[in-house]
Amino acid sequence: MKVPLSWLREYVDLPAVTAQEVADKLTSAGLKLEAITSHGHEIKNVVVGQVVVIEELAGFKKPIRHCLVEVGEAAPREIVCGATNFSEGAIVPVALPGAVLPGGFEIGSRKTYGRQSDGMICSEAELGIAESSPGILLLPEDTPIGADVVELLGLRDDVLELEITPDCGYALSIRGVAREAATAFGVPFRDPAAVELPAASGPSYPASIGDPTACDRFVLRSVSGFDPAAESPLWMRVRLIRAGMRPVSLAVDVTNYVMLELGQPLHAFDRSRLSGEIVVRRAKPGETLETLDHVTRKLHAEDILITDDTGPISMAGTMGGLHTEISDSSTDIVIEAAHFSATGIARESRRHDLVSEASKRFERGVDRELPLVASWRAVQLLVELGAGTADPGVTHAEVDVAPVRVVIPSDYPGRVAGLPYERETVIRRLEQVGCAVVEGADAASGDGGAHGVAATGVVSGADLHEKLAVRGDDLLTVTPPSWRPDLTDPNDLAEEVIRLEGYEGLPSVLPPAPAGAGLTEGQRLRRRVGRALAYAGYVEVLCYPFIGVRDLDNLQLPADDPRRRVTRLVNPLSEDEPYMRTTLLPGLLKTLVRNVGRGFGDVALFETGLVYRPEPDAPAAAPVLAVDRRPTAEELARIESALPRQPFRVAAVLAGEFDRSGWWGAGRQASWADAIEAARTVAREAGVELEARADQHEPWHPGRCAALYVGDVLVGHAGELHPRVVEACGLPPRTAAMELELSLLTPPGPVQAPAVSAYPVATQDVALVVRSEVTVAEVEAALREGAGELLESVRLFDVYTGEQVEEGHTSLAYTLRFRAADRTLTVEETTAARDAAVALAHERTGARLRGV
Amino acid sequence: MSNTYDPVEVTPLHADEVARAQADALAAIAAARDLDELKQVRLAHAGDRSPIALANREIGALPPQARSEAGKRIGGARKEIGQALAARQAELEAERDARVLVEETVDVTLPWDRRPRGARHPLTTLQERVADAFVAMGYEVAEGPELEGEWFNFDALNIAPDHPARSEHDTFFVESTASGKVLRTQTSPVQIRALLARELPVYVVSPGKVFRTDELDATHTPVFHQVEGLAVDKGLTMAHLKGTLDRFAEVMFGEGITTRFRPNYFPFTEPSAEMDLRCFVCRGASAAPGNPPCRTCKSEGWIEWGGCGMVNPRVLIACGVDPSVYSGFAFGMGIERTLMFRNNAEDMRDMVEGDIRFTLPFGMEV
Repeated sequence: MKVPLSWLREYVDLPAVTAQEVADKLTSAGLKLEAITSHGHEIKNVVVGQVVVIEELAGFKKPIRHCLVEVGEAAPREIVCGATNFSEGAIVPVALPGAVLPGGFEIGSRKTYGRQSDGMICSEAELGIAESSPGILLLPEDTPIGADVVELLGLRDDVLELEITPDCGYALSIRGVAREAATAFGVPFRDPAAVELPAASGPSYPASIGDPTACDRFVLRSVSGFDPAAESPLWMRVRLIRAGMRPVSLAVDVTNYVMLELGQPLHAFDRSRLSGEIVVRRAKPGETLETLDHVTRKLHAEDILITDDTGPISMAGTMGGLHTEISDSSTDIVIEAAHFSATGIARESRRHDLVSEASKRFERGVDRELPLVASWRAVQLLVELGAGTADPGVTHAEVDVAPVRVVIPSDYPGRVAGLPYERETVIRRLEQVGCAVVEGADAASGDGGAHGVAATGVVSGADLHEKLAVRGDDLLTVTPPSWRPDLTDPNDLAEEVIRLEGYEGLPSVLPPAPAGAGLTEGQRLRRRVGRALAYAGYVEVLCYPFIGVRDLDNLQLPADDPRRRVTRLVNPLSEDEPYMRTTLLPGLLKTLVRNVGRGFGDVALFETGLVYRPEPDAPAAAPVLAVDRRPTAEELARIESALPRQPFRVAAVLAGEFDRSGWWGAGRQASWADAIEAARTVAREAGVELEARADQHEPWHPGRCAALYVGDVLVGHAGELHPRVVEACGLPPRTAAMELELSLLTPPGPVQAPAVSAYPVATQDVALVVRSEVTVAEVEAALREGAGELLESVRLFDVYTGEQVEEGHTSLAYTLRFRAADRTLTVEETTAARDAAVALAHERTGARLRGV
Repeated sequence: MSNTYDPVEVTPLHADEVARAQADALAAIAAARDLDELKQVRLAHAGDRSPIALANREIGALPPQARSEAGKRIGGARKEIGQALAARQAELEAERDARVLVEETVDVTLPWDRRPRGARHPLTTLQERVADAFVAMGYEVAEGPELEGEWFNFDALNIAPDHPARSEHDTFFVESTASGKVLRTQTSPVQIRALLARELPVYVVSPGKVFRTDELDATHTPVFHQVEGLAVDKGLTMAHLKGTLDRFAEVMFGEGITTRFRPNYFPFTEPSAEMDLRCFVCRGASAAPGNPPCRTCKSEGWIEWGGCGMVNPRVLIACGVDPSVYSGFAFGMGIERTLMFRNNAEDMRDMVEGDIRFTLPFGMEV
């Protein structure tokens, strides 16, 4: 909301303070300042002049005039001017030599087009009134010559741009802001809506309310004999522009001006285009309306319409129809001022994607008592400025609406604040807001407004109000003013009192500390995992969770891969990425490519986060439950079952050198083994051991992919990526990756402390030859089991294939360490254990001692 | 003791023989040029087969009356030789150290970044830091799904379907606008989950990812992070809210940093406030005329930090909590924004693009 300070000052006696000080007070009251724009402060030495003589200069590419202009000095000024929209006798603004115009533009005396020019005749644009203007600004004939133009036209002004929260519809008007400013400065407020209305004298244009849930007040007044050529006065145009609206024509400008001032949206119809009674109703099937923007709109059954005998003529509170619009020949005008359903207008506006100044106000709440006043104010302005005649009578259709009443104990605002307020303070503040405060709980008001008609914007059951009721002594019955439909609950009133008393006065008290249990095991694990991967050389990234089909194709996922079962967004940021990720890899791989592209060929990245895995048999929709009670467990379960499973995952990708080359020697390229080790790093933090099993799983290289298990539970995959994936994603060769579902890694509980033996170790090395398809894991498992209890550790220290070993075989060299808890092992014991280990490895895998 | 002895004195036990052996030994010790030579000298002149050792062994063969004198003589020689050896050993070791350790000197400024350390993302560590501040105040960390039921994200939070606040949320809808499922636009639905799942009183903080349909630019990103706090207990007031946030501000930004409230509107809190933070760099001084400007608060003295308020009783009712018995407060702030002013991160794009140059300097901490 843009508020010219001069307009505000019409209704509140602000002290001599700066715009910033006014803004600070309003901000403290909840109307937050966005920006202050100053106008006209730099303009000086621009006066009113009268063009006495015009001489057209010939011989130039465009028309040029040499004028003599009377400016109230001893002699007229000579001024050369390129505009032609004025004649001799015209009253115009003149910038004299030494004048400064907006933007610091200085005017001097100069020779131009062969003549002397002692100043400039100004247009609206040059005075900073409008963005552009076709010609010179022509002033009324009775404007005093020589007067200061800035003073005269009120061009010097500051405009406060305020951010109005969605509950504060009333502050979308000069009236509302002025009331807040008056309270903030403790000065009187003159309500622009407090005008005396003419005595009723029958209806104006016939109208009725067809649907009481759509509209609870509908007012029409009319003006005849309006001069369609009449122009809006400069002061009105200046204010409209400063308040952010574009002047159009007098009739339209008047409706906008009254809306800005009072907050009541108005609509003007050309009476000659209306036929029959106006009815406010919802749309019928198949109805359409061509609106002011020349779009023919299909109407929805819930749309609120203004109709006449011909059908819809306006979309209520949103946009008028083209056919009944005021045109440059309209002489008879019908002004509509109504109070429509806030939710009805909100939906209509959203359905048609039409946000107007009117719809913004209606959905935030308009003062229900304004239509009679605002329509009268508009009629007065049309009569005064457009030479029309006010037709007698007013059409006033309305639906009875019970006023909202809220009962609170007088100490309630203090109880909410944690700072006691005097009873008188509470009452005074509520009255400043405009509330009527009565002592005691008026029995009749117990459920006042509880069954509020939809038009008030509050739909609530009596039961909810019962639950909201505040207990206590010294009850006050508060009736909020008609312009504050947002005040419905005890806490709303508490806020008004606390806000006006000042949030800055609230004490700061730390509540007693609750008995918290600290972080959960899972939360601690996530932190450890992040730290472990970072220490291992990986950099954390946070990718957007949006993916497209192309990402899944790039991963070479088969058609039936469950990761292709995706959740789609209705309104994705990009149609290329409309799905929620089912794996963390696409984002990581793209980020890896980005880093490589930026000159970092050695990259190791990780991400932790949710993936979104819709269940094939999940219900399509999650119910939207009631809010006046706790949902049942069954209701909540219905929401949960419709949501996709969202497990927490960790993934890592790496390419280039993982161990760097340097003065110490050659580095080492990242490989499948690093990816598996990254997964093991994660698992170690969870206190579990991963078992790797060879697997073929996209997007990994079919010969370099490990399925990772904890016991029998598959928890993820790791290895080198498939060369086709590498190519499709534009990755460096041999890029490796791992992805684990962290939710599946559950810490097994406290570590059991080992008994440490002080007896000496006995070491035996064995070299085993196995067929190449036998895995190291199988051999090692057999050695461990065969060696028995005396075995302390097994370590593979060499893997060899080559001439020394039979073709198709591999030699594996192990160090076995043996130790007993209670004695020094003899050579015989150690050898027996080693032999048993080798024997079992032979039995299980065909391994035999090398050279035997 | 031997009772059979050689009545003839053995040659090595002659006084001048001993003296000669001693003199030889001392000369050899002095002549040893390095530790290896000294080792040989030690073997030859003090070892088991050295003349002195042999002489010592002969003492037992002497008649008893001669033993004492011979013992004294040989003992004296052995002691002298031993001392000379030790002295020379020390000398030669010092010489060796001086030479060898100098030879082994390296350039300690050589780099050793064979595997550079990675880093955690500052948005992650900042969320943890915030959570820790509240865990220390007795709060627990609550969590919820990111793809959320509309009822949790809006309705239960008193954001009715047609409320203007709902359209201001720029929501990502899932599958269809009528599916009842959205990407959560705020971490506030975790409040509802906490109130439904936990025993009262509830004190929780919930950091997490949220979504709005904003295009990415320097100050907006469609995927960002918030931290939400909720306390519901008997007798909680706005003063408690202020006290809690003041304490939080101190933990995050240092002693004496406080918050300021301005009225604002959130459907799920009433009364509601916008929370400003006293600038932790200039401590408000830059706002006074004549003082040097402050980059962090743009010389306003205060930094807009987040929103807060007393939990709207309607929200409590939707969770089955009786507002006439319990009251609560809630607050929330943006993590990206906090990182921007706390760590002078100027462009949100840097936080989402994953360029390692942005993240590496943060290491494990913010």
